[in-house]
Parts: sequence; C-alpha cells; structure tokens
Amino acid sequence: MSMWWTIVVASVGTYLIRGSFLWLHGRIAIPPAIECGLRYVPPAVLAALTVPAVVTPRGTVDLAAPELLAGAIAAVVAWRTRSITATLVVGLAALWTTAWLYRTAGIGS
Amino acid sequence: MIAVLPILLGVVPFGMIVGVTAARHSVSPWAAVSSSWTMFAGAAQLVMLQLLDRGTPWIVVLGTALVINTRFFMYSASIAPYLDGIGRGWKTLLPYILTDQGYVVSIVRWSDPKRRGDASGAGGEVGIRLAFFFGASITLWSVWQVSTWAGFLLGAGIPASWSLEFAVPLTFLALLATAVRTRPAAFAAVVGGTVALALTSAPFNLGLLAGAVAGVTAGAVAETRARSKGEAGRREGEAG
Repeated sequence: MSMWWTIVVASVGTYLIRGSFLWLHGRIAIPPAIECGLRYVPPAVLAALTVPAVVTPRGTVDLAAPELLAGAIAAVVAWRTRSITATLVVGLAALWTTAWLYRTAGIGS
Repeated sequence: MIAVLPILLGVVPFGMIVGVTAARHSVSPWAAVSSSWTMFAGAAQLVMLQLLDRGTPWIVVLGTALVINTRFFMYSASIAPYLDGIGRGWKTLLPYILTDQGYVVSIVRWSDPKRRGDASGAGGEVGIRLAFFFGASITLWSVWQVSTWAGFLLGAGIPASWSLEFAVPLTFLALLATAVRTRPAAFAAVVGGTVALALTSAPFNLGLLAGAVAGVTAGAVAETRARSKGEAGRREGEAG
C-alpha cells in the first residue's frame, strides 16, 4: 500500500478512535474491565513516548547528553507545575544551558 | 481561544519539526506533509513518517500509528459526558480536531470545582462548553497547519543548535505529568516508560507498543489490588 493510502487509513482510524465515545455515550454500556484499562492508556502511552525520547535522544543511552539533565529538570518542573508552558520554557532553557556548560567543560563529544 | 495561548508555545516548534521531517522525507514529502491535516496527531505523525522513511511495511506503520493514538479513546470517553446533547454536525466535526492539548485545557476547566456553579463549568450549559472546546481546538488546529508548513518550507534554514526537536518530548512530558494523578497511573507510567526504554532498539517501534501494553496492564493491576485491599480492610473493620 502506498504511503499516501497508509496515512489516509491511519487518519480515518484515528478519527474513529477520537469519535468513539462521543458517539457511543449513553448508547452502550462499557465493560468495567475495558473502562479500567482505558484509564491507564494515557499515562502508559505518554510515558512510552517520552522516556525513550528524553533518555536516548539519539538512539543509545548517552550519559553525557545534555538532554538527560535538561529532561530531569523539566520532569521536576512538569511534576510540580503541571504546566506545559513552564515545562517547555524551563526544559529548553535547561537544554541550551546544559549543552553550553558541557561544551565549555569539554564533556561529551 | 485565549486559554490555549500559552500552550501554543509548544505547538509551534512541534508543528515545525513535523514540517521539517516531512520535507526531508525520502519517499514522498507531499504525502508526508498532508498528514497534518489528514491525521492531525503530532506524535503519531512523527513516528509514522520516520517509519515510512525507513521503508517499514505499511501494516506496521498503520498499527503503530493507531497504538500511539489509542489515548484518544480515553479523551473521547472523558469529554463525552460534558458534550452531551450537541448537534450531529458537531459530533461529526469535533472528533477531527480532538487533541491532547485541547482535551487537557477543556477538562481542567470543566472539572474545576470553583466553576461548578458557573455556566462554563460542569453544572452549566453544554453550548458554552462546546464553544470553549471548539475555540480552543480550532486555534490549535490552525496553528498546527501553519507551523507544519513553516517547517516544511523553511526546513533547512532552522539552526540545529536550537534543538527544537526537544520541544516534542518536553510537550509530552508536561502532558504526562497532567495524566498522572493517582498511584496506579504513576505505576503505569513508570512501567510503560521503562519497558519502552528497554526495548528502544526493537524493530518497527515495537518497544513503544510493548511499553503501552505493559503500562496499561500495570496500571490496571495496581488499581485492582488497591481496590481489593481497600475492600479487605473494610471487611475486617466490619468483622472486628
């Protein structure tokens, strides 16, 4: 299947997922097991997306990567403030600062 | 619309990254950039485009994109009660523009106990909630489209030293913090993240899928145990 069709089918599927409960609400009863599982999809999926991207930004674990320290700082900010803006601002500032510090100190490549 | 202004700070670099990724695509940059209006889901778009670039089989790409987007089931279930009674036209349009950010901003506003008596809160009017949700979502959608095109067209001009790609995991980090409000949720996140990290070099992004499945299972198990412990405690209290 061509790239275009793959994207289209995936898009339609995504649309159906997004609409699911909006359309079904009040019409069908959801089994408690499914409801329970659904509750943990956001934290599980978001973590599965975030952790590798922060810890292995370029594919392998690199302790000298500025992303690691910046990510840790951003995580604390995210935890405390639960604010997307604060996390972004502090995270990016931390990344630039850490990268500059590491470069000056001769850490990493 | 105003409520999402701070969030746009994260949407713009994210959209631009998608645009840049699309522009560099080895197969079809134009199909790639179209994903922003066909799918409109940044995380899945990025992973999809990377997999397609490497020639991954379409069925794996499809599966991966859908797994990443399963979280929308939860968002859908969560906002449905607040939007009960909206017209059919809205019910057809709204799913297209549902996003992490739009969801978070809306649900936080609607479930705010201070707004309980308000027209805009839980006890209020669905029309006002709809207006808020739509306003926020359409703003996010518009900014996303513009950002994607900006990245697509400017691509090479953006200095790598800005490290804009980091804005993507940072946005998800913030959303993750919002999603973790209970102990079982925290457990789900820790397990999901760890498994995904451990399997980061697995083919076809299977690490992501494995992390998601492991995390959901962990969360469900943790919740069930917490509940049965609670029930056992109550039974003991009654017996004694």
